Amino acid sequence: MTKYDDVLNKYPLPSAVKEELKAEFERLGINKTKARQIVERCYQAYLANLMEPGEAAGIIAAQSIGEPGTQMTMRTFHYAGVAEIDVTLGLPRLIEILDVRKNPSTPMMTIRLAEDYAKDRNKAREVANRIEATYILDIADVATDIRHMQIIITPDEKALERKQLTVEEVKKRIEKGLKTEVEESEGKLIIAISEPSYKVLMDTFDKLRRLVLAGIKEIRRVIIRKDGEEYVLYTEGSNLKKVMKVKGVDPARTLTNDIYEIYEVLGIEAARNAVIREAISTLEEQGLEVNVRHIMLVADAMTADGELKQIGRHGVAGEKQSILARAAFEMTVNNLLDAAVQGDKDSLSGITENIIVGQPIKLGTGDVELIARLR
Amino acid sequence: MSKFRMQDHVLVPKHEVLSKEVAEELLKTLGISPEQLPKIRVDDPVAKEIGVKVGDIVRIIRESPTAGKSIAYRLVV
Repeated sequence: MTKYDDVLNKYPLPSAVKEELKAEFERLGINKTKARQIVERCYQAYLANLMEPGEAAGIIAAQSIGEPGTQMTMRTFHYAGVAEIDVTLGLPRLIEILDVRKNPSTPMMTIRLAEDYAKDRNKAREVANRIEATYILDIADVATDIRHMQIIITPDEKALERKQLTVEEVKKRIEKGLKTEVEESEGKLIIAISEPSYKVLMDTFDKLRRLVLAGIKEIRRVIIRKDGEEYVLYTEGSNLKKVMKVKGVDPARTLTNDIYEIYEVLGIEAARNAVIREAISTLEEQGLEVNVRHIMLVADAMTADGELKQIGRHGVAGEKQSILARAAFEMTVNNLLDAAVQGDKDSLSGITENIIVGQPIKLGTGDVELIARLR
Repeated sequence: MSKFRMQDHVLVPKHEVLSKEVAEELLKTLGISPEQLPKIRVDDPVAKEIGVKVGDIVRIIRESPTAGKSIAYRLVV
């Protein structure tokens, strides 16, 4: 196998191409001279297929994503995908991705489990309980007694067992969360309100209802599904940072569809990958095929500054240096007015501004200038 | 349990800091100044993990669906 390696290593071909060539050579058992000729031909084809310098790659990407985009469902479309969780799809989702919304409308996580948890349903349940937010109403009946100014909590044995909680734990959690004394009598928990005020009673009741007894506040629901050999958790709601620290979770394979969260927790490169993944899967789900290269270019533009920027006037388009190009995009009057007030100059170096003033653009053949050599 | 490294995550490609000599060599072959590279922030979680200072150049080895492996560089800002 090494005999093909030194032939291939002489050419700066992408590693995927090299792998493919090598596999094919080995299958056919080609000798070294032939191999060299084939690689040479391949390299010529590779060079011929590279993007020309001065080609407007961005416009091509924009059109290639834009045209299939017209065929996407425009209304907010949800579907019961894996595990009955509602996910925004179609055009609204694509817009969400490119706008880098800080709070996507349907945050969702895919949580894979650590080795010793993944195969066992009960252990998966255990992890799910640690993640899913549990409120008092999930595990008990709560009643207010106005006459005695107290709140009576009647725990539901079965629900407690399913959530793997004990009355004792619930009591402690409430005491800590509400900073009040909780009395236990005949299996019931009683919170006495010292002040004889109806308002205080209702406020305490509201606080109690919103108190997270176990799990992570943002995770509203967890569903366990078997994917091949192992159990996987799907959640409604997302909090990557906290979930990654939960015992039993495999942090390396835990994903969320909230791209901004990925950027904050895992950094710019992970965000770039997440943008590509999410955009491609959204398009694919709609049955549209867009070459990854276009999406990669968009993701590169969004992450070039080391900061996750949206495509739009608050991001990539808004940071164009030319006033005319910005004015041509959105908020024309504001942009022109601001530029006039500040006495800005436009150096007419980009495409849009040159089209506006009616000059040849610096693209393709317009990008080069010819100088005649006088003999 | 040993502490989880961000670089072990499936979404995070391998990052490595370039030494001064390698960085200079790179800029020479590319024929660009460091500011022309894409940026990565010093407070980026992965950058913090590998320990970089402002002005360093980070090499990122990405798993690319088109090229197999692709190498990108970012300037730490």
